[in-house]
Amino acid sequence: MNLYGISGEIFLAISGMIALLISVFSSKDSSLKITTRFCNLSLLISLILIVLSHKNSGYLFNEMYVYDGLSLYSKILIILGTILTLLIGNKPQKIDGFNHPEYPVLILFSVLGMVLMTSSKNLISLYMALELQSLPLYVIAAINRDNLKSSEAGLKYFILGALSSGLLLFGMSLVYGAVGDTSFSSISEVSSQNMSSILLVGLVFILSGLAFKISLVPFHMWTPDVYEGAPTPVTAFFAIVPKIAAITILVRVTFSAFDNAVTSWQQIIILLSLLSMILGSFAAIMQTNLKRLMAYSSIAHMGYALVGVASGLLEGVSGVLIYMVIYIIMNVGAFIIILSMRRDNQIVEEIYDLKGISKTHPFLAFGFVSILFSMAGIPPLAGFFGKWLVFYSAVNANLVFLAIIGVLTSVVGAFYYLRIIKIMYFDENDVNLDVVENKSSMAILGLMLFLTLSFGIFLNWFVETTMGIVSLI
Amino acid sequence: MLSNIPILSSITFLPLFGALIILLTCSDDEQGGKNSKFVALWTSLITFILSLFVLFNFDNDLNNFQFIEKASWIPLSNVSYHMGVDGISLPFVILSTFLIPVCILASFQSIKKQVPLFMSLFLILEVLMVGTFCAMDILVFYIFFEAVLIPMFLIIGIWGGVRRVYSAFKFFLYTLLGSVLMLIAIFYIFSKTGTTEINEIAKFSFPYDIQILLFLAFFASFSVKLPMWPVHTWLPDAHVEAPTSGSVILAGVLLKMGGYGFLRFSIPMFPDASIFFAPFIFVLSVIAIIYTSLVALVQNDMKKMIAYSSVAHMGFVTIGAFSFTNEGLAGSVYQMVSHGLISGALFLCVGIVYDRLHTREINAYGGVADIMPNFAVFFMFMMLASVGLPGTSGFVGELLVLVGIWKTYPIVAIFCATGLILGAIYMLWLYRRVMFGKAIKEEIVSLEKLSKREIIIFVPITLLIFIFGIYATPLLDITQLSINNIIDITEFHQNKNTVSQIATLKD
Repeated sequence: MNLYGISGEIFLAISGMIALLISVFSSKDSSLKITTRFCNLSLLISLILIVLSHKNSGYLFNEMYVYDGLSLYSKILIILGTILTLLIGNKPQKIDGFNHPEYPVLILFSVLGMVLMTSSKNLISLYMALELQSLPLYVIAAINRDNLKSSEAGLKYFILGALSSGLLLFGMSLVYGAVGDTSFSSISEVSSQNMSSILLVGLVFILSGLAFKISLVPFHMWTPDVYEGAPTPVTAFFAIVPKIAAITILVRVTFSAFDNAVTSWQQIIILLSLLSMILGSFAAIMQTNLKRLMAYSSIAHMGYALVGVASGLLEGVSGVLIYMVIYIIMNVGAFIIILSMRRDNQIVEEIYDLKGISKTHPFLAFGFVSILFSMAGIPPLAGFFGKWLVFYSAVNANLVFLAIIGVLTSVVGAFYYLRIIKIMYFDENDVNLDVVENKSSMAILGLMLFLTLSFGIFLNWFVETTMGIVSLI
Repeated sequence: MLSNIPILSSITFLPLFGALIILLTCSDDEQGGKNSKFVALWTSLITFILSLFVLFNFDNDLNNFQFIEKASWIPLSNVSYHMGVDGISLPFVILSTFLIPVCILASFQSIKKQVPLFMSLFLILEVLMVGTFCAMDILVFYIFFEAVLIPMFLIIGIWGGVRRVYSAFKFFLYTLLGSVLMLIAIFYIFSKTGTTEINEIAKFSFPYDIQILLFLAFFASFSVKLPMWPVHTWLPDAHVEAPTSGSVILAGVLLKMGGYGFLRFSIPMFPDASIFFAPFIFVLSVIAIIYTSLVALVQNDMKKMIAYSSVAHMGFVTIGAFSFTNEGLAGSVYQMVSHGLISGALFLCVGIVYDRLHTREINAYGGVADIMPNFAVFFMFMMLASVGLPGTSGFVGELLVLVGIWKTYPIVAIFCATGLILGAIYMLWLYRRVMFGKAIKEEIVSLEKLSKREIIIFVPITLLIFIFGIYATPLLDITQLSINNIIDITEFHQNKNTVSQIATLKD
């Protein structure tokens, strides 16, 4: 059997095990540093391997594993997102005396799960990959085990995550019962002929399980607590990377397995998207903790992204894929700022701690302002183009009401983003924030800022690429 | 030679370079502030000269968009970066490029903190305003139109007065709420017609009920921007709290985006709905004219009074636009240009005394005319222009609108005329309370006279108001053909409606 198509993942698995050994056998002080470097390097190499091996698309292991444009696209995003979050978390971790060399290793394994997940075209491989990505995440949520909040976050995440896995598994078993096979192509075939009620219930459960992973309302309860409780570098990872994998697999399930039953899942997705947009926007108004605020903002953003899936059109999916890129750009930028906030060597997370930052750290403030305007969806910044693509596809699919509610909630969302801008720029400077600026983070912030400001220039490239990808799902 | 240079894009994006230079090189100290002022002034002056180039090469006899530039942006969805000017947009482009250097000059002394940021935001604002008026693709238009919120929000919020935060939020959220509905309507149009070219969309005729909904969505955006009663409440707040130059640009150009939107989108694209809603718009406009004039009468804050008078003057713009007569539409554009100059100048006048006394309360003044005679002359001229005295541009605009509306709805014209009288009352009263009387208060007596810089600011505006007041032909010639196009469309649809009504009567 030719394993070339999966060589990136195999390399990642092997290097994960090597990283485990490195973390144990290197000296205690430098262990984290060495392991992180090794993990970054192996992520980079596996990225190259994946890009090379996914040139042609094809199947492996009896159609359990597929390598195609969609999986390549998400794998690139996942790995780049991981590298970025590892890089921006480096310095703050050093300052906090964070010394858990298993952290990058766990992330590596989780990423392995995610890349496998985006390639799965069978319920069994999907479930295995999903669990592989979730289990390390439970551990790293609670990695500061002396911290009460972190332990709570880990426990909460684990229990709810286990519940969602149970739902997912239950749904899969129902689907298996109705179809008699677990491969997406068989499901697609059966669902086109006879969308039985068992299949429908199975579909609902599968979607619920996935909605947990993307943290869509009403399966979002864990998000704010986990975001707040987990150490900030971990939160950054949570906010960015698993969502890409989960959205991709959601697209895969809806457009590849249940592609003939659009009307069956469309209303579920519409509901999830509506609720997420509304709750994400309104609940964030009351938050003063930046990490909780980012949690609700990510719920709202996932709601917007889902509008593209809800349209049931391929151009909607292309919109979602572009939205995810924009989402990564904005969140990496935002977390760089959150990670650099200190006072008297203590981490601070309240939005009021940002007071007057525009005078003491103009670049940081300018970067954050651009990112916040972009999150609010104001043109010509990146966030606007994401919203444009998904809402346009909704209008195209005659879901005008969904688009209208979407833009109205984005106005509500604009309010809390503006409030942060107000604190940074309009309030008088009476609290002094020590900002930990480090060069690599600032360089990344500069890059994200550039992309946020000039995304319109690259938009065409993204549209053409993603349209090419989705036409082959 | 000219056809090879993308002149409109140069005008649009030249200030962006200025802004980048300022952001990257000027530090936030005294020297940096000084440098940034001059970079901003020169950039905006060069932009203005370039825009004059367009003005002089504009062919009034060509019934089409000119200086067209087109570059493919997203070929798959048929969206392109498409720029061009016609008789309706050209006056606004020139108005924007003219007012920006004036504003920059006006804020040389009054802006004390974070000067480089202020200057670069102003240049960015110019990019967006010129882009809004030049865009020939509806999505490109929307991007420029909406992006204006960002610099304006920051300008009000950072350099504004005491209640700046409240005003900035109100301005931002009000306008955003209106615009996002328009965005959905734009998507709908895009999805039905498959094009985002403004020219192409205008050829497409939507079903009647769809037109109504689309019109309302666009109306939501433009009526807030213009602003029309009852969604005008953000305007007094924003004006009062914004720094002087912010108020000038807000009154001078940003409000015109709403009127421009009506002329460019609402009327040509949804003619049936426009005809249907015209009476409704007249009612709102008449209320705006009379009600806000009365409100202006009782204001103690000079800026607030002028802000309310802006709402009243904008009422004339909508009435003219929806009268669907040649005079009315021409008057509407004329009124917008003239109001841009006059209200801008009035805000500058307030800024002059505010810089000296740091209060806008009318009661704090009195007898200023004795102390600042030059200023008194300028202020009087602006005040009379605002009232619509013959010989000023305000007179021409209002007269044209009144003639236009008299032809179709004489009753509306009568109400409008009432508004004129009220306008004269509050403006003259304001002038009396501020300028006349004996200067007894100590602060007033010690007021400084106008500096050279301030006179330089006023002279060009005064001249323009005067020239447009006695010689209206150049501006009317520019707009004539484009306005004829609008009238052709509406007349065609009006006749069609009458024919169908007769047909139903016969049945």
